[in-house]
Amino acid sequence: MKPLFIAAGVFLATQATAETSVLTVYTYDSFVADWGPGPAVEAAFEEVCGCDLQFVAAGDGAALLSRLRLEGARSKADVVLGLDTNLTAAARDTGLFAPHGIEAELDVPKPEAWRDALFLPYDWGYFAFVHDRARLPQPPASLEELADSDVSIVIQDPRSSTPGLGLLLWVKAVHGDGAEAIWEGLSDNIVTVTPGWSEAYGLFGEGEADMVLSYTTSPAYHRIAEEDDSKAAAIFPQHYMQIEVAGKLASSEQPELAEQFLSFMISDAFQSIIPTTNWMYPVAMPEGGLPEGFDAPLTADKALLFAPGEVPAERETALAEWLRALSK
Amino acid sequence: MLTLEGVVIRQDAFELRADLDVPDGARVSVIGPSGAGKTTLLNVIAGFFEPSAGRVLWDGRDISRKPPGERGISLLFQDNNLFPHLTVAQNVGLGIDPGLRLTRDQKDRVAAALERVGLAGMGARKPGQLSGGQQGRAGLARILVQGKPLILLDEPFAALGPALRAEMLGLVEDVASEIGATLLMVSHDPGDARRLGGLAILVAEGRAEPPVEVAKLLETPPPALRDYLGH
Amino acid sequence: MTRSGPGWVAAGIVAALILGPLVAVFLRAETGGRVLTSDWAAVRFTILQAVLSAVLSIALAIPVARALARRAFWGRGILITLLGAPFILPVIVAVLGLLAVFGRAGIVNTGLAWLGLPPVSIYGLQGVVLAHVFFNLPLATRIILQGWQGIPAERFRLAANLGLSGVQVARVLEWPMLRAVVPGALMVVFAICLSSFAVALTLGGGPRATTVELAIYQAFNFDFDLGRAARLAVVQLVLAGSAAAVAFWAAVPAGFGAGLGRVVRRWEAETWGARALDATWIGLAAGFLIVPLAMIFLNGVNGLTQVPGVVWRAAGVSVAIALISTLLCIALALSLAMARRGWAEVVALMGIAVSPLVIGTGLFVIVNPWIDPTRLAVPVTALVNALMALPFAMRVLAPDVAKAEADFGRLADALSLRGWARLRWLILPRLRPALGFSAGLAGALSMGDLGVVALFADPDFATLPLQMYRLMGAYRMEAAAGAGLILLALSLGIFWIFDRGGRGDVDA
Repeated sequence: MKPLFIAAGVFLATQATAETSVLTVYTYDSFVADWGPGPAVEAAFEEVCGCDLQFVAAGDGAALLSRLRLEGARSKADVVLGLDTNLTAAARDTGLFAPHGIEAELDVPKPEAWRDALFLPYDWGYFAFVHDRARLPQPPASLEELADSDVSIVIQDPRSSTPGLGLLLWVKAVHGDGAEAIWEGLSDNIVTVTPGWSEAYGLFGEGEADMVLSYTTSPAYHRIAEEDDSKAAAIFPQHYMQIEVAGKLASSEQPELAEQFLSFMISDAFQSIIPTTNWMYPVAMPEGGLPEGFDAPLTADKALLFAPGEVPAERETALAEWLRALSK
Repeated sequence: MLTLEGVVIRQDAFELRADLDVPDGARVSVIGPSGAGKTTLLNVIAGFFEPSAGRVLWDGRDISRKPPGERGISLLFQDNNLFPHLTVAQNVGLGIDPGLRLTRDQKDRVAAALERVGLAGMGARKPGQLSGGQQGRAGLARILVQGKPLILLDEPFAALGPALRAEMLGLVEDVASEIGATLLMVSHDPGDARRLGGLAILVAEGRAEPPVEVAKLLETPPPALRDYLGH
Repeated sequence: MTRSGPGWVAAGIVAALILGPLVAVFLRAETGGRVLTSDWAAVRFTILQAVLSAVLSIALAIPVARALARRAFWGRGILITLLGAPFILPVIVAVLGLLAVFGRAGIVNTGLAWLGLPPVSIYGLQGVVLAHVFFNLPLATRIILQGWQGIPAERFRLAANLGLSGVQVARVLEWPMLRAVVPGALMVVFAICLSSFAVALTLGGGPRATTVELAIYQAFNFDFDLGRAARLAVVQLVLAGSAAAVAFWAAVPAGFGAGLGRVVRRWEAETWGARALDATWIGLAAGFLIVPLAMIFLNGVNGLTQVPGVVWRAAGVSVAIALISTLLCIALALSLAMARRGWAEVVALMGIAVSPLVIGTGLFVIVNPWIDPTRLAVPVTALVNALMALPFAMRVLAPDVAKAEADFGRLADALSLRGWARLRWLILPRLRPALGFSAGLAGALSMGDLGVVALFADPDFATLPLQMYRLMGAYRMEAAAGAGLILLALSLGIFWIFDRGGRGDVDA
């Protein structure tokens, strides 16, 4: 126990010397990785704010919200960045967030579903099944076709993973009461269900399945970072969206600075960082457009999204159906 | 004076009673048939085994509740008398200070004790490098530096040949006299007892008899001892 | 008793560190708490896979350990060191290594296809058990090997003199040893498999393979039902506790040590049949363990050039945490082992039986009002890693403490060696090999641990496994494989250095 207290003492002592105002932003872990958006965003914002931007990483989006609930109003977070619209209903119920007060037209489909006084989007994407063109030249063109085919897929568990939950809601949004039948059809396609995106994508990379649940933007990574054009996302009639949002905490002692950060977040300086670090679409098109190799997003008529308020109920029914269909 | 007062030792079906005095400075052999409880009796005196009843006294003071290290007793067992991972000098030094923080003087005492038992210059060796007889000598060197008033020996030289054993017994007696200590030795060999002379405690048939002259005991052995001696 | 004083203190610390957070989570829980029907299904599956994994691991470990105990061959030492490797690998690295062999595109199925045979699937209960056997067979082998080496050579000499056959030797000498050793080994493997999360889910094939640990995760992060999470954690503890009770009832748990002692000559085993049998078992076990490791090595070598600089920094952080963790773990384990009591073993076992997520959250709830948790990232990670390694360190040390006390306890008592002097002059020197082995195990386990909990994560102190996961999360699978190889090398290096250090210059 002793080193623990010594360490605590040392850290407390160093804390007292900080002087410039500090903006604390809670986010998910991959955002702050050296190859994620975090470092560039921090440098760019600190250039304009004259403050110290500190990221605190807390697992994934769901863990982020759990942490906030554990801390309650005592949280030292000023801004939380990295929830998605599937979590915002629960986040709103905590009563911890304050309106961001920003009116802006964003390049994100389905504004009626995501527009929110508390949460402001900073990037978005479509879930999609990714495949290797050489191994699977003719991918299925819809969820039903996939369910009827003998194409093998790896998916993520909706109980522990954001894309997993995305697929659950995707099937529900397209098929409604017929969702369970689709899952029954898919059950023989599913090689396995992984706890998170990384495991699934890793398995796909090892050749364990023909397709993996990921994003329409995934092939852009391979094209741009690896100069590998072999990966493609199968385009279905409709795709469920993931919209990642940030919000300001009501308990923040620096509300102006927090607002400044949220405005910065939808400005070009932040948005131009997003495509090749987070591999998602920006919410405001950067001046130079999307980087070469990044396909333009699918048109808005293909977009699917439950409004945040509908998500909890839909999730509960859909999860029960999913468990029933895949446990047979 | 060592006194065993109404001591009863029970271990499952085994029972041994002892009620006896050992005078200061005596040489006492503990003899008797195998399994009679000679070693157990020593363990009770040394504090490794708690008797069911009775007290162990030294000079009239009750030492029954004291831990083994504080009873004023030096010990030599059948084996495992030296830590194999420590040097001979360290093993002897433990008899002065269990923490082994020895002063110059104390180190000299260790060296002198080793020289006294015939191990001069062997202090830096590990026990594994010594012969059986030399290991016994190292144990005696430790007893010498301990300088405790009571020495208990539990067949420490059983594995040595007759000549060497006789030599070691002589050394034991010298060491005991130099300290002025009382000596209690368990042996299964009546010859050892005769060589040591002095007194003998017969342990047989559930009793540890008060000490009597060795010579007398061996000349007119009671029935239990007679069977053991095979006369 | 003064001698178990430090044991009580250590037991108190461990119990407080495990039960304290659990209670904190209970107190913090506001509503809910009802354990769902689906959770009980998860409990049933968890028990099923843990029992199967434990039984299979032990059943296979017995012939392998026997073969290793009675055969001297070139590479025996290296093989025994490599036995430690699967156990200390991060789950995903090990799983990808297994997939390279048993997966749809792996060596086995490629071979089967070439022969025109239908493929075998690794996904499902069989995959979960296969992976758990991969992780735990080596551990079980070392526990049982130690048991074999605990039978004195003189017994086998006597058996040979009496002309006992292989079967008779097994009945007279080996069966009693196994009765003493196997229940303890079963218990440890069972307890490890209880808190399995990623293995069960990744290879389980679907929601049928839901474990209690996933139910806890879901209760936390998706339902924010702390009461339910804490109750499920209690269920895990009770299961492990029952296993421990059964094992204690069935036998005195024996420990496992360095397992590198000399090979005892076995006259009854010098038939060609016995030789061929042993060679087969050693070959199979080595292949089963080494081929996936080799695949991890091959995949990683390609990725080494792509590993970014921060990964090396993370490697430094992980090594530092591993060293602190090792120190803590050995201090706790030694104190508990020196108490030489049954309860000490049970206390130590709690470390692997309780959900890391619950410990992490509870510690966070306790600490957060007083101090910024990220500032405790290093000590908390080191401490929790130490708790996870405690049962293993304990099983290594306890038997040797018992032996040192049995051989030299009376002498030490007679010389008034107490407290520090006893530790310094009796216990530590006698325990050197066991200390080296357990320190190696604790250090390597800490290296491979993902880090307790995101709740304490400090962005500046990312560990190597965390950076590896981050690389995977950013599509950089090859670089992640490279990081995985660095991790494997460092873990084995730490293990080897400690283990070696314990074995050099030992006087019998």
